[in-house]
Amino acid sequence: MEALISIVLGTLTACGVYLILRFHTFPVVLGLTFLSYAANLFLLVMGRLTIGKPPVITEGVTDYADPLPQALVLTAIVISFAMTAFVIMLSLKAYAAMGNDHVDGKHKL
Amino acid sequence: MMNHIVIAPVLLPLLIGILLLLIRQQNLAFQRIFSIASVAAQIVLAAILLRAVSSEEILVYAVGNWPAPFGIVLVADRLTAWMLMITALLAFCALIYAVRGTDRRGQHFHVLFQLQLLGLNGAFLTGDLFNLFVFFEILLLASYSLLLHGGGRLRTKAGLHFVVINLVGSTLFLFAVGILYGILGTLNMADLAVKVAAAPEENVFLIRVAGFLLFGVFALKAALLPIYTWLPAAYAHTSAAVAALFTIMTKVGAYCILRIYTLIFGEQAGPAANLIEEWLLPMALATLIVGMVGVVGSTHLRQQAAYLVVASIGSLLIAFGLNTSVGVVAGLYYLPHSTFAAAALFLLTDIITNRRGEMKDKFDPGPMIAHKRLLGALFLVTAILIVGLPPLSGFVGKFLILQAALPHPFLPWIMSIVLLTSLLGLIALARSGSILFYRAQPMETVYAPNATSTVKNGSIIVELIPVISLLVFCVVLVIYAGPVTDFSLTIADQLLQPAIYIRAVLGDGGIN
Repeated sequence: MEALISIVLGTLTACGVYLILRFHTFPVVLGLTFLSYAANLFLLVMGRLTIGKPPVITEGVTDYADPLPQALVLTAIVISFAMTAFVIMLSLKAYAAMGNDHVDGKHKL
Repeated sequence: MMNHIVIAPVLLPLLIGILLLLIRQQNLAFQRIFSIASVAAQIVLAAILLRAVSSEEILVYAVGNWPAPFGIVLVADRLTAWMLMITALLAFCALIYAVRGTDRRGQHFHVLFQLQLLGLNGAFLTGDLFNLFVFFEILLLASYSLLLHGGGRLRTKAGLHFVVINLVGSTLFLFAVGILYGILGTLNMADLAVKVAAAPEENVFLIRVAGFLLFGVFALKAALLPIYTWLPAAYAHTSAAVAALFTIMTKVGAYCILRIYTLIFGEQAGPAANLIEEWLLPMALATLIVGMVGVVGSTHLRQQAAYLVVASIGSLLIAFGLNTSVGVVAGLYYLPHSTFAAAALFLLTDIITNRRGEMKDKFDPGPMIAHKRLLGALFLVTAILIVGLPPLSGFVGKFLILQAALPHPFLPWIMSIVLLTSLLGLIALARSGSILFYRAQPMETVYAPNATSTVKNGSIIVELIPVISLLVFCVVLVIYAGPVTDFSLTIADQLLQPAIYIRAVLGDGGIN
């Protein structure tokens, strides 16, 4: 399972980086979304991969799921959701102001 | 009970921000009164905190009374109180300028301003790495909106770059936090410091990776070379009051570098000790050069002011990059000076721009400026401050930095680069001043503030109050240079002995 998660993380990050380097705002926004997915997934698995374990430490239980990364990732998801919404609105505004969706706003003269 | 004051600088702007959202935009007068009162109260709070921490004490506030390292802690030490004070004073001046018209150009200016202060104060106070991420996001989201406030095509374009690069930075921050949590199982900064120092050999590589990722994020916020290119466009195209407030934003990056790389990756961190020492100083020197080249090459005064911010962060991080007590002292003296001086220049630029009609702030001989003697004199004082000529605080700051650099092996580099860039800055600002004030064409009619100006007609003195107050702060820094450097020395002492911080947060059990 570790290998699978690593491949997923790597693919997401690579796609994200590739898309961010594009010169239209839509792929850039998609790339940011991919990158934040990768970061969130990474944060989640940093509590180690466990299945079907209780999330709290009880006397006598040695094998448990770490609840803290789940709390962290919830916060991170909410923040990245808000940021994505903001950057989409900003891209639309830039599109309206510049007349095209190039990130540098290359407008026809 | 005294400790509740620690969370007040976070709660106050949050509550006032919510309150301002409920007051409708039509009641701009009420919004302005509440907003100004809130910032004034933050100055008082910062003063109380500064007084409280100037003894040996470090104030720790455990949110929800969850003990560290399990809960989130807010920590007020001397450095924090110093930064809070600078932020509050700067915000007050920027706000006084903004109420003259900037806040009328769009909705919710004051709400965003308060939320920006919430993010800034929180970032300075927090003692938890993930909490630092959250406060970063708060201050960034507020800053995105403030940057775009008022609209405009160039502003939107610069804003898009600013937002995208900061979102990438936030992602890197999350990766770094994830690595540190995955290896060390904690995010409390004091606890991290203990665990990094005791990390087993096989984990050191990953810890160093996380440390460098964090450095990348903070370097991005501080606009260090090579990731400074977002700053000039963003600062040059936003409104003057916002640009003045933003001069503290790059200092948040510098603060985080100072905090994290003295506390977690400092002298005592074992295998990860002095992690960024060999990187910070060369990068800071390069930033200073590039920033000053930008200053010389600028075609507009606002662009020049923005590049001066880049150059000042270079000088500041040279001081921190020396990694000595005297270096930190020099940096802590230079930090408020460079913040206030750059903010004063942004505000002054706006006042001049509004008086040049069609020419705006372009470096071409334009029409005569109304009140040119007064504005010219203030421009001269600000330029002397920024370039670092005696007798003002810029000189003291640069002198302290060079003095601190004396024993450093890089001394020839530091000395030549700092002095040469100061000369370049002097030439560039002298040229700007002579184009704006001497080479103005007397034949043309004197322009009154034009119709599109953000500033209402009114007495020039009232308009200049924020600029003059910022300059007065710098003069105070010179007059009380002795006490200020003494206090900076106590800040540096506290910073370079992380054991004090760790004991304050974790109790006596932390160290063993």
